[in-house]
Amino acid sequence: MISILLSCLFAFGAEAKFKVVTTTPDFASIAREIGGDKVEVTSLAKGVQDPHFVDAKPSFIRLLNQADVLIEGGADLEAGWLPPLLESARNGKILTGSPGRIVASTGINLFQIPMRSIDRSQGDVHPLGNPHYMLNPENGKIVGEQIASSLCRLDAGSCEYYRKNQTTFNQRLDKKIAGWVQRMAPYRATKVITYHDSWPYFTERFGLNVVGHVEPKPGIPPSPGHLEGLIDLITREKVKILIMEPYFGDQAPKFLTQKTGIQVLVLYPSVAPEAGINNYFAIFDQNIAWFVETLGKK
Amino acid sequence: MRLVFLVILIFFLSSGLPSLRSQEMDPDQYQRERDPTWQEFEDLQEQLRSLRKEINGPQNQINNPSSLPEQKPALLQGRGSAGGSSMNPKISLDGLFSAGTSSAPDLANIETGGHDPNQRGVTAQNVELTLGASVDPYFTGNASVIFQIDRQGESFLELEEAYLTSTSFPWNLQLKAGQFFSQFGRLNPTHPHAWDFADQPLVNGRLLGPDGLRGPGLQISYLLPIPIYSEAIVAIQNGSGETAFSFRNAPDEVLFGRTMIDRPITHVTDLLFVPRLVGSVDVTETQTAILGISGAFGPNGSGTDARTAIYGIDFFYKWKPLRAESGWPFVGWQTEVMARRYEAGPVDGASTLPEQVLRDHGGYTQLLWGFKLRWVTGLRFDYVAGTGGDPVLDPLRKRRFRVSPDVSFYPSEFSKWRLQYNRDDIQSRSEPVHSVFLQWEFLIGEHGAHKF
Repeated sequence: MISILLSCLFAFGAEAKFKVVTTTPDFASIAREIGGDKVEVTSLAKGVQDPHFVDAKPSFIRLLNQADVLIEGGADLEAGWLPPLLESARNGKILTGSPGRIVASTGINLFQIPMRSIDRSQGDVHPLGNPHYMLNPENGKIVGEQIASSLCRLDAGSCEYYRKNQTTFNQRLDKKIAGWVQRMAPYRATKVITYHDSWPYFTERFGLNVVGHVEPKPGIPPSPGHLEGLIDLITREKVKILIMEPYFGDQAPKFLTQKTGIQVLVLYPSVAPEAGINNYFAIFDQNIAWFVETLGKK
Repeated sequence: MRLVFLVILIFFLSSGLPSLRSQEMDPDQYQRERDPTWQEFEDLQEQLRSLRKEINGPQNQINNPSSLPEQKPALLQGRGSAGGSSMNPKISLDGLFSAGTSSAPDLANIETGGHDPNQRGVTAQNVELTLGASVDPYFTGNASVIFQIDRQGESFLELEEAYLTSTSFPWNLQLKAGQFFSQFGRLNPTHPHAWDFADQPLVNGRLLGPDGLRGPGLQISYLLPIPIYSEAIVAIQNGSGETAFSFRNAPDEVLFGRTMIDRPITHVTDLLFVPRLVGSVDVTETQTAILGISGAFGPNGSGTDARTAIYGIDFFYKWKPLRAESGWPFVGWQTEVMARRYEAGPVDGASTLPEQVLRDHGGYTQLLWGFKLRWVTGLRFDYVAGTGGDPVLDPLRKRRFRVSPDVSFYPSEFSKWRLQYNRDDIQSRSEPVHSVFLQWEFLIGEHGAHKF
């Protein structure tokens, strides 16, 4: 009888998984790679959503209340919606400084940290640096390290398991990166325009040259004057491609296409099953495939 | 003088260091080795060079593609930059103003809110200074102080809110303590700059008061351990003064023809109790609904044992597609219905009024449509009515029906311009009242994100 009870208890214990909540699905994908079958991962935002403008829905309070681990991007990525949720979540495990709170930007070499004082006349600038760093796959490894360290601290008994998964993830990613770099090599120094300044990590890693943005300033829609300037720039610099996220309006890009013939390419900045991007690797697999397809094989 | 000193110094230095001369060391090299400041300077130069390289690296690589190296994993080598490190609270200032006109000269009697546009011409509705920060590992602190200019041009200051909130109380509990808005319905705890219309609904002004229901107190809330979000909240507040309009309103204020008396607290039941139950479901990934019921119970200032009870139901629905651009487009529908039972005490003296129960009810429903990036249009219907009292002479006893369309333009998240029209049918007025407002808002500094 006792043995049955004990086995039931152990069985229950074995099923209890760490509840990991992430703000965006790219972190969720890496958490699944590292945590394996010992974690249950939920992302608050969807990959097709603008991570700056997610509604702080009450259902998220419930998820955060139950979380053992919270992974956020930091660097103001979620400043518009995560703080009120955390205030209501009343969960000490995921408070700042707790082992269960991972601010993924820690340890990342962030771009565009302002060297001089900034204010909002420059648009919705990021005072802590550009937060779209997951678009350099090398940074995926840094986030993987943070997740493995956090899980090891919370569950020391399974640390070996998490580290093994991390090694596998890193090896797989390294192999993939080599392939992506090779695939993008013929397009090095290709001039591109992006809608929002959210692709510097991607373009830097794969050697693309960003010559302008559809937004005159971060978060500010283009004025007719700015569009005229872009038409001149596209013509002068012979820019062939405009990269934008799925959540930006296509009115201005369509106008630019009409005037200059520039091709508009919608790339997905995060995991989005709707677009066939089911994990972190697929972000680059798919986006690079679309890029190559749009520009033509070289 | 300096020159003489320098010559002597050089002489002593050179005579004291014959070994240097014998080795014929380069003077610069000598200086570098001897002088720690020079060494530091060189270190700094080296750091500067490497930083320059780091900054220019990506651009150089792009301009000169052949220089693109195979990037090495930068595991934990980057600069940590997870967040700000300031101990100062987040500070913001929000200015809310309006210019308006109305067919009624007594706009102050038409608009029920203390922060509504309440005069022809320009009104400084609400200038709000907000501060917020973590207090310690256990609490966060928030405060908002309001500056206002009244119709006579006098400036005054209000402590709107100042409270701490617990961050991780056990058993899913959360404590809020200090001066705060009562969690009654949806609009009452919302600051005026976050309203969807230039003025507050009639029912809020009449039942909860021109400045909303707020006061010093303690609130405990419990997140129910069920799969859908649901929260039970109860606040115990002083319930006194003009921000407890239907309760122990400020002594000597006149309400329903009765002068408010000073009712000190003699028993726990003399405090104001505000319970609330709220739940929410995500109907789909793009649709969310919230339903709440609220109550407010406490003594009122019209008699020695007179009491007030207010009940409310609120509903909010929002649709926003996943691929929304900066939050657009969206549709929001918000409705609140309230009822009040006010035991009006007897009044002695010249204007003798009997002891009677005044009942009021009303509500509003509003539809907001963010139809185009940065543009929102809305339509609100208001209704209030009551029984008892004097609906001819007392403006707070009249039946009213109001329709308010508005359109708002948000140049950014931090400013807005709004145009609103009100058509107000007021009992015993022969003509409806027409009012038009142009409202504008600016927000500077760091303002905490709003709740859903």
